[in-house]
Amino acid sequence: MARHVIAPVNELPPGTRKLLEIDGRPIAVFNIKGEYFGLMNRCPHQGAALCEGPLIGLAQSRDPGEIEYTKLGEIIRCPWHGWEFDIRTGQSYCDPRRFRVKAYPAHVEPGASVVKGPYVAETIPVTVESDYVVVEL
Amino acid sequence: MNIQFRESQETASPLTSKTAIADCDIHPARATRTELYPYLAKRWQHHLEVYGVHAYQGMMEGPPYPKAQPNASRRDAYPPEGGPQGSSLSFMQKQLLDRNNVQLGVLNPLGTGQGIRNHELSAALCSAINDWQIDKWTSKDKRLKASIVVGNEDGLSAAAEIRERAGDKNFVQVLLLSRNVEPLGQRRYWPIYQAAEEAGLPVGVHAFGFGGNPITPSGWPSYYIEEMVGHSQCQQSALASLVLEGVFERFPKLKMVMIEAGFGWAPSLAWRLDKVWQRLRSEVPHVKRPPSEYIREQVWWTTQPMEDPERREDLFDVINWIGWDRLLFATDYPHWDYDEPSRVLPAGVSEANREAFYLGNAKKLYGIA
Repeated sequence: MARHVIAPVNELPPGTRKLLEIDGRPIAVFNIKGEYFGLMNRCPHQGAALCEGPLIGLAQSRDPGEIEYTKLGEIIRCPWHGWEFDIRTGQSYCDPRRFRVKAYPAHVEPGASVVKGPYVAETIPVTVESDYVVVEL
Repeated sequence: MNIQFRESQETASPLTSKTAIADCDIHPARATRTELYPYLAKRWQHHLEVYGVHAYQGMMEGPPYPKAQPNASRRDAYPPEGGPQGSSLSFMQKQLLDRNNVQLGVLNPLGTGQGIRNHELSAALCSAINDWQIDKWTSKDKRLKASIVVGNEDGLSAAAEIRERAGDKNFVQVLLLSRNVEPLGQRRYWPIYQAAEEAGLPVGVHAFGFGGNPITPSGWPSYYIEEMVGHSQCQQSALASLVLEGVFERFPKLKMVMIEAGFGWAPSLAWRLDKVWQRLRSEVPHVKRPPSEYIREQVWWTTQPMEDPERREDLFDVINWIGWDRLLFATDYPHWDYDEPSRVLPAGVSEANREAFYLGNAKKLYGIA
Protein backbone atom coordinates (compact mmCIF):
# COMPACT_ATOMS: atom_id res chain seq x y z
CA MET A 1 0.00 0.00 0.00
CA ALA A 2 1.63 3.21 -1.16
CA ARG A 3 1.40 6.34 0.94
CA HIS A 4 0.92 9.67 -0.75
CA VAL A 5 1.65 13.06 0.78
CA ILE A 6 -1.33 15.31 0.16
CA ALA A 7 -0.49 18.63 1.73
CA PRO A 8 1.18 20.28 4.68
CA VAL A 9 -1.27 20.33 7.57
CA ASN A 10 -1.54 24.12 7.54
CA GLU A 11 -2.77 24.01 3.95
CA LEU A 12 -5.74 21.87 4.91
CA PRO A 13 -7.36 23.57 7.91
CA PRO A 14 -10.57 22.26 9.49
CA GLY A 15 -13.60 22.52 7.21
CA THR A 16 -11.54 22.43 4.02
CA ARG A 17 -10.97 19.76 1.44
CA LYS A 18 -8.51 19.03 -1.34
CA LEU A 19 -9.22 17.25 -4.59
CA LEU A 20 -6.40 15.27 -6.18
CA GLU A 21 -5.72 12.58 -8.66
CA ILE A 22 -3.58 9.77 -7.29
CA ASP A 23 -2.60 6.85 -9.50
CA GLY A 24 -5.33 7.90 -11.92
CA ARG A 25 -8.00 7.90 -9.24
CA PRO A 26 -9.89 11.04 -8.21
CA ILE A 27 -9.57 11.43 -4.44
CA ALA A 28 -10.80 14.06 -2.04
CA VAL A 29 -9.28 14.60 1.39
CA PHE A 30 -11.27 16.42 4.07
CA ASN A 31 -10.30 17.97 7.37
CA ILE A 32 -13.30 17.70 9.66
CA LYS A 33 -12.67 19.28 13.05
CA GLY A 34 -9.04 18.19 12.97
CA GLU A 35 -9.67 14.68 11.69
CA TYR A 36 -8.78 13.70 8.16
CA PHE A 37 -10.81 11.54 5.81
CA GLY A 38 -10.29 10.44 2.24
CA LEU A 39 -13.07 9.70 -0.16
CA MET A 40 -13.21 8.54 -3.75
CA ASN A 41 -14.40 11.58 -5.67
CA ARG A 42 -17.03 9.67 -7.59
CA CYS A 43 -20.65 9.16 -6.64
CA PRO A 44 -21.58 5.46 -6.85
CA HIS A 45 -24.99 6.44 -8.22
CA GLN A 46 -24.29 8.13 -11.58
CA GLY A 47 -20.63 9.04 -11.28
CA ALA A 48 -20.68 12.75 -10.39
CA ALA A 49 -17.63 14.35 -8.80
CA LEU A 50 -19.06 13.66 -5.35
CA CYS A 51 -16.80 15.91 -3.29
CA GLU A 52 -17.76 19.07 -5.15
CA GLY A 53 -21.00 18.98 -3.21
CA PRO A 54 -21.65 20.77 0.09
CA LEU A 55 -20.96 19.36 3.53
CA ILE A 56 -24.19 19.19 5.46
CA GLY A 57 -25.64 17.43 8.48
CA LEU A 58 -27.86 14.40 8.76
CA ALA A 59 -31.57 15.03 9.11
CA GLN A 60 -33.48 12.16 10.69
CA SER A 61 -36.93 11.80 12.15
CA ARG A 62 -38.57 9.26 14.42
CA ASP A 63 -42.01 10.74 13.93
CA PRO A 64 -43.50 13.48 11.78
CA GLY A 65 -42.68 16.78 13.45
CA GLU A 66 -39.61 15.48 15.25
CA ILE A 67 -36.42 16.30 13.43
CA GLU A 68 -32.94 15.52 14.64
CA TYR A 69 -30.07 17.18 12.81
CA THR A 70 -26.71 15.66 13.66
CA LYS A 71 -23.27 15.03 12.17
CA LEU A 72 -23.05 18.66 11.11
CA GLY A 73 -20.36 19.08 8.44
CA GLU A 74 -19.80 15.33 8.19
CA ILE A 75 -22.20 14.43 5.40
CA ILE A 76 -21.26 15.08 1.78
CA ARG A 77 -24.16 15.81 -0.56
CA CYS A 78 -23.66 14.91 -4.22
CA PRO A 79 -23.61 17.98 -6.50
CA TRP A 80 -25.99 16.32 -8.94
CA HIS A 81 -28.74 14.29 -7.30
CA GLY A 82 -28.24 15.12 -3.67
CA TRP A 83 -27.34 11.62 -2.48
CA GLU A 84 -25.80 11.85 0.97
CA PHE A 85 -22.74 9.98 2.24
CA ASP A 86 -21.01 9.91 5.60
CA ILE A 87 -17.49 11.30 5.16
CA ARG A 88 -16.22 9.03 7.95
CA THR A 89 -17.34 5.77 6.40
CA GLY A 90 -18.55 6.45 2.88
CA GLN A 91 -21.89 5.00 3.92
CA SER A 92 -25.01 6.03 2.06
CA TYR A 93 -27.91 6.61 4.41
CA CYS A 94 -30.72 5.96 2.03
CA ASP A 95 -31.09 3.91 -1.07
CA PRO A 96 -34.45 4.86 -2.50
CA ARG A 97 -34.22 2.24 -5.21
CA ARG A 98 -34.13 -0.71 -2.83
CA PHE A 99 -35.97 0.71 0.13
CA ARG A 100 -38.40 -1.91 1.34
CA VAL A 101 -40.13 -2.22 4.69
CA LYS A 102 -39.69 -5.95 4.43
CA ALA A 103 -35.94 -5.69 4.25
CA TYR A 104 -35.62 -3.97 7.62
CA PRO A 105 -37.14 -5.99 10.47
CA ALA A 106 -38.49 -3.95 13.36
CA HIS A 107 -36.24 -5.23 16.13
CA VAL A 108 -34.50 -2.54 18.14
CA GLU A 109 -30.73 -2.08 18.15
CA PRO A 110 -28.44 0.95 18.31
CA GLY A 111 -28.60 2.82 15.05
CA ALA A 112 -31.51 0.70 13.85
CA SER A 113 -33.21 3.80 12.54
CA VAL A 114 -30.36 4.27 10.06
CA VAL A 115 -31.17 2.63 6.77
CA LYS A 116 -28.01 1.61 4.99
CA GLY A 117 -28.16 1.17 1.26
CA PRO A 118 -25.81 -0.92 -0.85
CA TYR A 119 -24.20 2.14 -2.39
CA VAL A 120 -21.03 2.85 -0.44
CA ALA A 121 -18.57 5.50 -1.54
CA GLU A 122 -15.02 4.19 -1.42
CA THR A 123 -13.11 5.58 1.54
CA ILE A 124 -9.36 5.95 1.72
CA PRO A 125 -7.43 5.90 5.02
CA VAL A 126 -5.67 9.17 5.78
CA THR A 127 -3.04 9.77 8.46
CA VAL A 128 -1.20 12.86 9.65
CA GLU A 129 2.54 12.19 9.51
CA SER A 130 4.71 14.85 11.05
CA ASP A 131 3.25 17.95 9.50
CA TYR A 132 1.86 16.44 6.32
CA VAL A 133 -1.46 14.89 5.49
CA VAL A 134 -0.87 11.47 3.98
CA VAL A 135 -3.33 9.25 2.21
CA GLU A 136 -2.87 5.50 1.85
CA LEU A 137 -3.90 3.93 -1.38
CA MET B 1 7.02 6.95 -0.09
CA ASN B 2 5.30 7.95 -3.27
CA ILE B 3 4.77 11.69 -3.24
CA GLN B 4 3.53 12.16 -6.77
CA PHE B 5 0.12 13.64 -7.24
CA ARG B 6 -1.56 16.37 -9.20
CA GLU B 7 -4.51 18.59 -8.54
CA SER B 8 -7.65 17.10 -10.03
CA GLN B 9 -8.88 18.96 -13.07
CA GLU B 10 -11.92 16.79 -13.62
CA THR B 11 -15.33 18.29 -13.09
CA ALA B 12 -16.98 14.90 -13.37
CA SER B 13 -16.07 11.27 -13.57
CA PRO B 14 -14.39 9.85 -16.67
CA LEU B 15 -17.30 7.44 -17.14
CA THR B 16 -18.30 9.01 -20.42
CA SER B 17 -20.49 7.63 -23.15
CA LYS B 18 -18.75 7.47 -26.49
CA THR B 19 -22.00 6.62 -28.22
CA ALA B 20 -23.24 9.56 -30.28
CA ILE B 21 -26.33 10.94 -28.59
CA ALA B 22 -29.01 13.57 -28.85
CA ASP B 23 -29.85 15.61 -25.77
CA CYS B 24 -33.44 16.78 -26.13
CA ASP B 25 -33.67 18.94 -23.02
CA ILE B 26 -30.89 21.47 -22.43
CA HIS B 27 -31.53 24.68 -20.48
CA PRO B 28 -29.50 27.68 -21.58
CA ALA B 29 -29.41 30.55 -19.09
CA ARG B 30 -28.76 34.27 -19.30
CA ALA B 31 -25.46 35.35 -17.77
CA THR B 32 -26.83 38.70 -16.62
CA ARG B 33 -30.21 40.21 -15.81
CA THR B 34 -30.06 42.53 -18.79
CA GLU B 35 -28.70 40.08 -21.36
CA LEU B 36 -31.93 40.23 -23.36
CA TYR B 37 -32.00 44.02 -23.59
CA PRO B 38 -30.28 44.18 -26.99
CA TYR B 39 -33.23 42.18 -28.35
CA LEU B 40 -35.92 44.21 -26.63
CA ALA B 41 -37.38 47.51 -27.77
CA LYS B 42 -36.52 50.45 -25.49
CA ARG B 43 -40.17 50.57 -24.54
CA TRP B 44 -39.99 47.10 -22.97
CA GLN B 45 -36.62 47.67 -21.32
CA HIS B 46 -38.19 50.70 -19.64
CA HIS B 47 -41.29 48.70 -18.74
CA LEU B 48 -39.21 45.97 -17.08
CA GLU B 49 -37.26 48.50 -15.02
CA VAL B 50 -40.37 50.34 -13.84
CA TYR B 51 -43.02 47.63 -13.54
CA GLY B 52 -41.25 44.28 -13.70
CA VAL B 53 -42.83 41.03 -14.74
CA HIS B 54 -46.10 39.74 -13.33
CA ALA B 55 -46.88 36.05 -13.49
CA TYR B 56 -50.34 34.55 -13.11
CA GLN B 57 -49.24 33.30 -9.74
CA GLY B 58 -49.49 36.20 -7.34
CA MET B 59 -46.97 37.38 -4.77
CA MET B 60 -44.21 35.50 -6.43
CA GLU B 61 -40.63 36.30 -7.29
CA GLY B 62 -38.87 33.24 -8.54
CA PRO B 63 -40.08 29.69 -8.08
CA PRO B 64 -42.43 28.87 -5.19
CA TYR B 65 -40.08 26.27 -3.69
CA PRO B 66 -36.29 26.28 -3.45
CA LYS B 67 -35.02 23.68 -5.88
CA ALA B 68 -32.65 21.37 -4.01
CA GLN B 69 -29.47 22.83 -5.51
CA PRO B 70 -28.62 26.46 -6.44
CA ASN B 71 -30.66 27.53 -9.48
CA ALA B 72 -31.99 23.96 -9.55
CA SER B 73 -28.63 23.11 -11.10
CA ARG B 74 -25.64 20.87 -10.71
CA ARG B 75 -23.15 22.40 -8.30
CA ASP B 76 -20.32 21.57 -10.65
CA ALA B 77 -21.93 23.45 -13.55
CA TYR B 78 -20.94 27.03 -12.62
CA PRO B 79 -18.97 28.39 -15.58
CA PRO B 80 -15.36 29.27 -14.69
CA GLU B 81 -15.89 32.81 -16.02
CA GLY B 82 -18.79 33.37 -13.60
CA GLY B 83 -22.53 33.62 -14.12
CA PRO B 84 -25.22 31.04 -13.45
CA GLN B 85 -25.13 27.42 -14.55
CA GLY B 86 -25.94 26.99 -18.23
CA SER B 87 -24.96 30.56 -19.18
CA SER B 88 -21.64 29.81 -20.91
CA LEU B 89 -21.47 28.20 -24.33
CA SER B 90 -17.80 27.23 -24.00
CA PHE B 91 -18.37 25.54 -20.65
CA MET B 92 -21.49 23.78 -21.92
CA GLN B 93 -19.46 22.50 -24.85
CA LYS B 94 -16.78 21.17 -22.53
CA GLN B 95 -18.96 19.76 -19.77
CA LEU B 96 -21.88 18.45 -21.80
CA LEU B 97 -21.56 18.40 -25.60
CA ASP B 98 -17.96 17.26 -26.12
CA ARG B 99 -17.76 14.99 -23.10
CA ASN B 100 -20.91 13.09 -24.02
CA ASN B 101 -20.54 13.14 -27.79
CA VAL B 102 -23.79 15.07 -28.23
CA GLN B 103 -24.64 15.39 -31.92
CA LEU B 104 -27.94 17.19 -31.45
CA GLY B 105 -28.82 19.37 -28.48
CA VAL B 106 -32.30 20.89 -28.19
CA LEU B 107 -32.45 24.12 -26.18
CA ASN B 108 -35.46 24.75 -23.94
CA PRO B 109 -35.04 28.11 -22.20
CA LEU B 110 -37.05 28.48 -19.00
CA GLY B 111 -37.99 31.52 -16.98
CA THR B 112 -38.55 33.43 -20.18
CA GLY B 113 -41.58 35.38 -21.32
CA GLN B 114 -44.13 32.60 -20.93
CA GLY B 115 -46.99 32.83 -18.48
CA ILE B 116 -46.81 36.59 -18.06
CA ARG B 117 -50.06 38.49 -17.54
CA ASN B 118 -49.09 41.38 -19.80
CA HIS B 119 -49.43 39.64 -23.16
CA GLU B 120 -47.59 42.32 -25.14
CA LEU B 121 -44.64 42.08 -22.78
CA SER B 122 -44.86 38.28 -22.95
CA ALA B 123 -44.67 38.32 -26.75
CA ALA B 124 -41.77 40.78 -26.74
CA LEU B 125 -39.77 38.72 -24.23
CA CYS B 126 -40.40 35.47 -26.11
CA SER B 127 -39.29 37.01 -29.37
CA ALA B 128 -36.18 38.39 -27.65
CA ILE B 129 -35.37 34.96 -26.20
CA ASN B 130 -35.65 33.45 -29.67
CA ASP B 131 -33.27 36.03 -31.16
CA TRP B 132 -30.90 35.46 -28.24
CA GLN B 133 -30.95 31.70 -28.80
CA ILE B 134 -29.71 32.19 -32.35
CA ASP B 135 -27.11 34.83 -31.48
CA LYS B 136 -25.63 33.24 -28.38
CA TRP B 137 -26.11 29.53 -29.03
CA THR B 138 -27.28 27.97 -32.29
CA SER B 139 -25.25 30.19 -34.63
CA LYS B 140 -22.12 29.44 -32.59
CA ASP B 141 -22.48 25.65 -32.37
CA LYS B 142 -24.25 23.73 -35.11
CA ARG B 143 -25.03 20.86 -32.74
CA LEU B 144 -27.45 23.11 -30.89
CA LYS B 145 -31.01 23.70 -32.07
CA ALA B 146 -33.53 25.99 -30.43
CA SER B 147 -37.15 25.73 -29.38
CA ILE B 148 -39.41 28.60 -30.38
CA VAL B 149 -40.57 30.15 -27.12
CA VAL B 150 -44.06 31.63 -27.45
CA GLY B 151 -46.37 33.73 -25.32
CA ASN B 152 -48.63 30.76 -24.72
CA GLU B 153 -51.61 32.52 -23.16
CA ASP B 154 -52.24 34.61 -26.27
CA GLY B 155 -52.67 31.99 -28.98
CA LEU B 156 -52.72 34.49 -31.83
CA SER B 157 -49.48 36.26 -31.00
CA ALA B 158 -47.90 32.88 -30.25
CA ALA B 159 -48.94 31.64 -33.69
CA ALA B 160 -47.49 34.80 -35.26
CA GLU B 161 -44.14 34.12 -33.58
CA ILE B 162 -44.17 30.53 -34.87
CA ARG B 163 -44.94 31.67 -38.42
CA GLU B 164 -42.14 34.23 -38.28
CA ARG B 165 -39.63 31.53 -37.29
CA ALA B 166 -41.01 28.76 -39.52
CA GLY B 167 -38.43 27.49 -41.98
CA ASP B 168 -35.53 28.86 -39.93
CA LYS B 169 -33.23 25.88 -39.43
CA ASN B 170 -32.10 27.22 -36.05
CA PHE B 171 -35.45 26.07 -34.64
CA VAL B 172 -36.77 22.53 -34.36
CA GLN B 173 -39.81 22.75 -32.07
CA VAL B 174 -42.31 25.02 -30.35
CA LEU B 175 -42.02 25.21 -26.58
CA LEU B 176 -44.96 25.28 -24.16
CA LEU B 177 -44.99 24.67 -20.42
CA SER B 178 -47.24 22.26 -18.54
CA ARG B 179 -48.74 24.70 -16.06
CA ASN B 180 -50.94 27.13 -17.89
CA VAL B 181 -54.01 29.19 -17.16
CA GLU B 182 -56.20 26.45 -18.62
CA PRO B 183 -55.63 22.80 -19.64
CA LEU B 184 -53.65 22.69 -22.87
CA GLY B 185 -56.42 21.26 -25.03
CA GLN B 186 -58.53 24.42 -24.67
CA ARG B 187 -59.34 26.42 -27.75
CA ARG B 188 -57.29 29.47 -26.74
CA TYR B 189 -54.19 27.37 -27.49
CA TRP B 190 -55.39 26.00 -30.83
CA PRO B 191 -53.76 28.72 -32.96
CA ILE B 192 -50.43 27.47 -31.57
CA TYR B 193 -51.12 23.92 -32.70
CA GLN B 194 -52.34 25.07 -36.08
CA ALA B 195 -49.22 27.14 -36.73
CA ALA B 196 -46.94 24.36 -35.49
CA GLU B 197 -48.64 21.80 -37.69
CA GLU B 198 -48.34 24.09 -40.71
CA ALA B 199 -44.65 24.67 -39.96
CA GLY B 200 -44.06 20.94 -39.47
CA LEU B 201 -42.67 21.59 -35.98
CA PRO B 202 -43.34 19.37 -32.95
CA VAL B 203 -44.77 21.09 -29.88
CA GLY B 204 -42.80 20.34 -26.73
CA VAL B 205 -44.58 20.59 -23.38
CA HIS B 206 -41.99 21.07 -20.68
CA ALA B 207 -42.82 20.56 -17.01
CA PHE B 208 -43.04 23.77 -14.94
CA GLY B 209 -44.52 27.20 -15.55
CA PHE B 210 -46.79 29.27 -13.35
CA GLY B 211 -50.35 29.26 -14.56
CA GLY B 212 -51.93 30.66 -11.42
CA ASN B 213 -53.30 27.31 -10.25
CA PRO B 214 -51.97 25.26 -7.32
CA ILE B 215 -49.00 23.21 -8.46
CA THR B 216 -50.62 19.89 -7.64
CA PRO B 217 -54.17 18.88 -8.60
CA SER B 218 -55.09 18.70 -4.91
CA GLY B 219 -53.70 22.06 -3.86
CA TRP B 220 -50.49 23.56 -2.55
CA PRO B 221 -48.15 20.93 -1.09
CA SER B 222 -45.78 21.22 1.86
CA TYR B 223 -42.67 19.93 0.19
CA TYR B 224 -40.59 20.39 -2.94
CA ILE B 225 -40.59 16.62 -3.37
CA GLU B 226 -44.36 16.85 -3.90
CA GLU B 227 -43.88 19.47 -6.57
CA MET B 228 -41.35 17.16 -8.27
CA VAL B 229 -43.82 14.30 -8.56
CA GLY B 230 -46.64 16.75 -9.28
CA HIS B 231 -45.15 17.44 -12.70
CA SER B 232 -46.24 14.06 -13.98
CA GLN B 233 -49.77 14.69 -12.66
CA CYS B 234 -49.83 18.01 -14.47
CA GLN B 235 -48.66 16.45 -17.74
CA GLN B 236 -51.36 13.80 -17.41
CA SER B 237 -54.02 16.50 -17.16
CA ALA B 238 -52.53 18.29 -20.15
CA LEU B 239 -52.44 15.14 -22.25
CA ALA B 240 -56.00 14.14 -21.32
CA SER B 241 -57.14 17.63 -22.28
CA LEU B 242 -55.33 17.49 -25.63
CA VAL B 243 -57.02 14.19 -26.45
CA LEU B 244 -60.49 14.97 -25.15
CA GLU B 245 -60.77 18.49 -26.57
CA GLY B 246 -60.05 16.94 -29.95
CA VAL B 247 -56.69 18.62 -30.60
CA PHE B 248 -55.17 15.46 -32.06
CA GLU B 249 -58.31 14.84 -34.12
CA ARG B 250 -58.36 18.42 -35.40
CA PHE B 251 -54.59 18.51 -36.08
CA PRO B 252 -53.70 14.98 -37.22
CA LYS B 253 -50.14 15.89 -38.23
CA LEU B 254 -49.40 17.58 -34.91
CA LYS B 255 -46.56 15.99 -32.94
CA MET B 256 -46.35 16.58 -29.19
CA VAL B 257 -43.30 15.99 -27.02
CA MET B 258 -43.82 15.49 -23.29
CA ILE B 259 -40.68 16.87 -21.69
CA GLU B 260 -39.36 16.17 -18.20
CA ALA B 261 -42.38 14.57 -16.61
CA GLY B 262 -41.53 10.89 -16.92
CA PHE B 263 -43.31 8.39 -19.11
CA GLY B 264 -44.04 5.41 -16.86
CA TRP B 265 -47.54 6.73 -16.29
CA ALA B 266 -48.40 6.85 -20.00
CA PRO B 267 -49.81 3.32 -20.37
CA SER B 268 -52.13 3.53 -17.36
CA LEU B 269 -53.41 6.96 -18.37
CA ALA B 270 -54.14 5.66 -21.86
CA TRP B 271 -55.87 2.56 -20.50
CA ARG B 272 -58.04 4.68 -18.21
CA LEU B 273 -58.92 7.08 -20.99
CA ASP B 274 -59.83 4.23 -23.32
CA LYS B 275 -62.05 2.57 -20.76
CA VAL B 276 -63.94 5.70 -19.81
CA TRP B 277 -64.18 6.82 -23.44
CA GLN B 278 -65.99 3.58 -24.31
CA ARG B 279 -68.68 4.49 -21.77
CA LEU B 280 -68.84 8.26 -22.19
CA ARG B 281 -68.02 8.78 -25.84
CA SER B 282 -71.32 10.50 -26.49
CA GLU B 283 -70.05 13.41 -24.39
CA VAL B 284 -67.06 13.89 -26.71
CA PRO B 285 -68.20 12.63 -30.12
CA HIS B 286 -65.37 14.61 -31.74
CA VAL B 287 -62.97 12.08 -30.20
CA LYS B 288 -63.46 9.48 -32.88
CA ARG B 289 -60.88 6.90 -31.93
CA PRO B 290 -59.74 5.37 -28.64
CA PRO B 291 -57.56 7.95 -26.84
CA SER B 292 -54.61 5.56 -26.73
CA GLU B 293 -54.42 5.60 -30.52
CA TYR B 294 -53.88 9.36 -30.64
CA ILE B 295 -51.32 9.15 -27.85
CA ARG B 296 -49.31 6.42 -29.47
CA GLU B 297 -49.36 8.08 -32.88
CA GLN B 298 -48.80 11.71 -31.98
CA VAL B 299 -46.86 11.82 -28.70
CA TRP B 300 -43.11 11.49 -28.00
CA TRP B 301 -41.43 11.47 -24.57
CA THR B 302 -38.11 12.76 -23.33
CA THR B 303 -36.35 10.42 -20.94
CA GLN B 304 -35.16 12.61 -18.11
CA PRO B 305 -36.36 11.87 -15.46
CA MET B 306 -35.98 8.23 -16.45
CA GLU B 307 -38.20 5.84 -14.57
CA ASP B 308 -35.94 3.72 -12.42
CA PRO B 309 -37.88 0.68 -11.22
CA GLU B 310 -36.27 -2.03 -9.19
CA ARG B 311 -36.79 -4.60 -11.94
CA ARG B 312 -35.51 -3.52 -15.34
CA GLU B 313 -38.22 -5.72 -16.88
CA ASP B 314 -40.81 -3.29 -15.51
CA LEU B 315 -39.12 -0.45 -17.36
CA PHE B 316 -38.97 -2.48 -20.55
CA ASP B 317 -42.67 -3.33 -20.25
CA VAL B 318 -43.54 0.36 -20.16
CA ILE B 319 -41.23 1.22 -23.06
CA ASN B 320 -42.56 -1.67 -25.11
CA TRP B 321 -46.07 -0.24 -24.73
CA ILE B 322 -44.97 3.32 -25.57
CA GLY B 323 -42.68 2.16 -28.35
CA TRP B 324 -38.88 2.23 -28.59
CA ASP B 325 -39.37 4.71 -31.44
CA ARG B 326 -41.04 7.26 -29.14
CA LEU B 327 -38.39 8.01 -26.53
CA LEU B 328 -35.97 10.92 -26.86
CA PHE B 329 -32.90 10.88 -24.65
CA ALA B 330 -32.43 13.99 -22.50
CA THR B 331 -30.06 15.02 -19.72
CA ASP B 332 -31.83 18.18 -18.47
CA TYR B 333 -28.41 19.86 -18.25
CA PRO B 334 -27.47 21.85 -16.20
CA HIS B 335 -30.24 21.02 -13.78
CA TRP B 336 -29.55 18.99 -10.68
CA ASP B 337 -31.63 15.99 -11.70
CA TYR B 338 -29.41 15.61 -14.78
CA ASP B 339 -29.23 12.09 -16.21
CA GLU B 340 -25.80 10.70 -17.04
CA PRO B 341 -26.00 9.14 -20.54
CA SER B 342 -23.86 6.15 -19.73
CA ARG B 343 -25.88 5.26 -16.64
CA VAL B 344 -29.57 5.49 -17.46
CA LEU B 345 -30.36 2.60 -19.77
CA PRO B 346 -30.07 -0.88 -18.23
CA ALA B 347 -28.30 -3.68 -20.07
CA GLY B 348 -30.33 -5.96 -22.26
CA VAL B 349 -31.44 -3.51 -24.95
CA SER B 350 -30.80 -4.38 -28.58
CA GLU B 351 -28.33 -2.26 -30.51
CA ALA B 352 -31.09 -0.94 -32.79
CA ASN B 353 -33.22 0.15 -29.84
CA ARG B 354 -30.25 1.74 -28.07
CA GLU B 355 -29.42 3.76 -31.17
CA ALA B 356 -33.03 4.88 -31.53
CA PHE B 357 -33.24 5.75 -27.83
CA TYR B 358 -30.03 7.80 -27.75
CA LEU B 359 -30.08 9.44 -31.17
CA GLY B 360 -32.17 8.05 -34.00
CA ASN B 361 -35.63 8.98 -32.75
CA ALA B 362 -34.59 12.56 -32.06
CA LYS B 363 -32.93 13.06 -35.44
CA LYS B 364 -36.01 11.71 -37.16
CA LEU B 365 -38.52 13.74 -35.16
CA TYR B 366 -36.57 16.98 -35.41
CA GLY B 367 -35.62 16.46 -39.04
CA ILE B 368 -31.86 16.45 -38.51
CA ALA B 369 -29.91 14.62 -41.20
